[in-house]
Amino acid sequence: MFNCRDLALAPVFLAASVAQAQSSAFPGIGRAATAQEVAAWDIDVRPDFKGLPQGSGSTALGMQVWEGKCASCHGIFGESNAVFSPIVGGTTKDDIRTGRAARLTDPAYPGRTTMMKLSNLSTLWDYINRAMPWAQPKSLSTEEVYGVTAYILNMAAVLPDNFVLSDKNIAEVQKLLPNRNGMSRDHALWPGAAGGKRSPDVKAMACMKDCGPAPVLASTLPEHARDAHGNLAEQNRAVGAQRGADTRSPARAAAVPALALAQKHACVACHGLDNKLVGPSFRDVAGKYAERTDAVAYLAGRIKSGGGGVWGSLPMPAQALGEADARSIAQWLTEGAKP
Amino acid sequence: MDRLSVDSSNHAAGRLIKAPENFLDSTGVRSVVAEARKGRRDFIRTAFAAAGAAATAPIALAAGNAVPPSGGDANIIELPEHSKGLGRPVASEGYGKPSQHEANVQRRRSPGLTQTTQSSVSFAPLQSLFGIVTPSGLHFERHHQGWWDIDPSKHRLMLNGSDARIMKTPMVFTMDELMRLPSVSRFHFIECGANSGMEWGNVAVPTCQYSHGMLSCSEFTGVPLKLLLDMAGVDYKRARYVLGEGADGSSLTRTVPMEMVESGEVFVAYGQNGEMLRPEQGYPLRLVVPGVQGVSWVKYLRRIEVGDQPYGTKDETLHYVDLMPGGLHRQYGSIQECKSVVTTPSGGQVLQGQGFYNVSGLAWSGRGKIRRVDVSVDGGRHWRSARLEGPLMSKCLTRFNLDWVWDGKPALVQSRATDETGYVQPSYRQLRAVRGSRSIYHNNAVQTWLVQESGEVKNVQLS
Repeated sequence: MFNCRDLALAPVFLAASVAQAQSSAFPGIGRAATAQEVAAWDIDVRPDFKGLPQGSGSTALGMQVWEGKCASCHGIFGESNAVFSPIVGGTTKDDIRTGRAARLTDPAYPGRTTMMKLSNLSTLWDYINRAMPWAQPKSLSTEEVYGVTAYILNMAAVLPDNFVLSDKNIAEVQKLLPNRNGMSRDHALWPGAAGGKRSPDVKAMACMKDCGPAPVLASTLPEHARDAHGNLAEQNRAVGAQRGADTRSPARAAAVPALALAQKHACVACHGLDNKLVGPSFRDVAGKYAERTDAVAYLAGRIKSGGGGVWGSLPMPAQALGEADARSIAQWLTEGAKP
Repeated sequence: MDRLSVDSSNHAAGRLIKAPENFLDSTGVRSVVAEARKGRRDFIRTAFAAAGAAATAPIALAAGNAVPPSGGDANIIELPEHSKGLGRPVASEGYGKPSQHEANVQRRRSPGLTQTTQSSVSFAPLQSLFGIVTPSGLHFERHHQGWWDIDPSKHRLMLNGSDARIMKTPMVFTMDELMRLPSVSRFHFIECGANSGMEWGNVAVPTCQYSHGMLSCSEFTGVPLKLLLDMAGVDYKRARYVLGEGADGSSLTRTVPMEMVESGEVFVAYGQNGEMLRPEQGYPLRLVVPGVQGVSWVKYLRRIEVGDQPYGTKDETLHYVDLMPGGLHRQYGSIQECKSVVTTPSGGQVLQGQGFYNVSGLAWSGRGKIRRVDVSVDGGRHWRSARLEGPLMSKCLTRFNLDWVWDGKPALVQSRATDETGYVQPSYRQLRAVRGSRSIYHNNAVQTWLVQESGEVKNVQLS
């Protein structure tokens, strides 16, 4: 959280502090950090924007970075829930006015997007800067971080097209966040003095006999989910007071080998059996090529080589799997992708 | 109990199942041989693991203790190989492993919970653990951007301030230096704020591994953070907040109140259960924040900043915020309130017939020591106080036990803990009345296990 202004003072105070470190109760241990070292690691940005580097980035630059480095996980419009929770969605013009994402009060609304929760713009900037993109964190330039931040806000209809976000105007943009007033610290779960209520919100009594109410079962796992977590017999010790329940169901024990192959080769990361994820569902693929006579060879080839343009704008990368496995999966697809 | 509708369709899950003749069946052998020719070692491992697991369960289920018609148990009459031969030499394993018969005891992912394996969770097998210490290799995992095994000779801890006046001397320490300083060793639990999060609305998972397994307990060794901050010269009047930051790709950050540092509780740890931290737990250095949810125990700790404001980090704004019925999110929730769970018998297990059982479980509180644990076997109508196994330590797991003779009838087993502040663990009804069911985090409700007549135990919730 050192600013450039602080850095200017650094050489002076550094000389004095080396001596202080040496005179501590633990001589010979630790040394003063140099200004260069602190600048390399001190990257956090606080809600008051202390620590934010000078700079700017446009929605246009942000879109370019987004489509190249972000969309494959988060979706072209930041709406995808295939890999992570959606970033954009669920906020309205009225939320921008009130600073409260109204849909958070609706239990029927599915999921909560980043934009529905975000109360401080510093959080978004800081996190993109320190941890994104997913597999190459800390690789974006300051300008790119400003750009991507602006573009996300543009996709969420908070900022107009052609906006340039900068350290100069970010505090003004903060005032537009749809859920900027949506946080509360009035609870007893903060262990410091600056928290809210000191007394726990849930107050129970330790009744010992004839306690109410009479027990009524309200929720259990449905029978069809019995083996959803695998065979529990294999998840318990084989000696002792109990054994694990054998939850193998005959139906699933004879699982389709091709579906197992699809899982093994991680096809299921992008394709659902019935539902569209990043790519089309297996069932949709099966339907599309049902009449094609060379479907097995065609699909096996497409699985191995990848391709695009048939199902949407996101291309499928080439897959490194053997010919036999590719053909097994293709065969299963042409037979209707039955579970 | 008469109001319960108990599913009896699993009565057939009996105990006397014949052990399979062979380790792999003939189809299995053929496919392993075929795959081996193609050089697919991973497939072979998987096949054997599956076969081994399938084989051990039925064998174990066959164990009984009736006198056979021959007049004596063959395990006694016919001396086993290990009584008649020479055993293995010392140090055949430089780092010893659990018995081969313990292969079922593993940390596991919950299917469908996360879409990636790097931003994900594995759950500790609480149903198979004794006492209060979690074996380091079974400690639950939570990674935000994958885990690393960092070279300790290259790891550094930096201390700095949010401005030039709040800390006199920003400092850098090597691991060698940190390990020369006076150390403390303390037992503490660590629980993810989202532990039991899948169960807020309804039953979602079958066993206590998945319902409560983002919980572990270790003896941690390290240096009190206060000692390091004193070396750097902190202006404690202004510096009321501490930021911990990790060295991994996520460089996870969390705010900790200075009060907890000043109390001497918070420390930077390099030791875990007598050895160095495991890589999955932040080797070589992590923050220990007793009583506070796991996300604040920053792994691969590279930097501590002191400041005059909380930091509003990603995991304090977008995640680890508790949605309340009015649509507000509670921010900076940290303390893990008093909670307990019966680990045996628990969901997914099968009792081996009527008679005596030791009901056993774990209790803990982020506000101090456990004072009392009550156990009910009738769904909360009547309770008995369990034995607490010592030592009772602050912000640490406590093991409790209670004698129980099972009469073979359906039973609803629950535990309810009270901590030294007098706080009583709530029921789902009490918790939801205040916080609704969409909070995700900080679910500390009483857990109910239904023991069916078949002996099979199910995860249930009561209205």
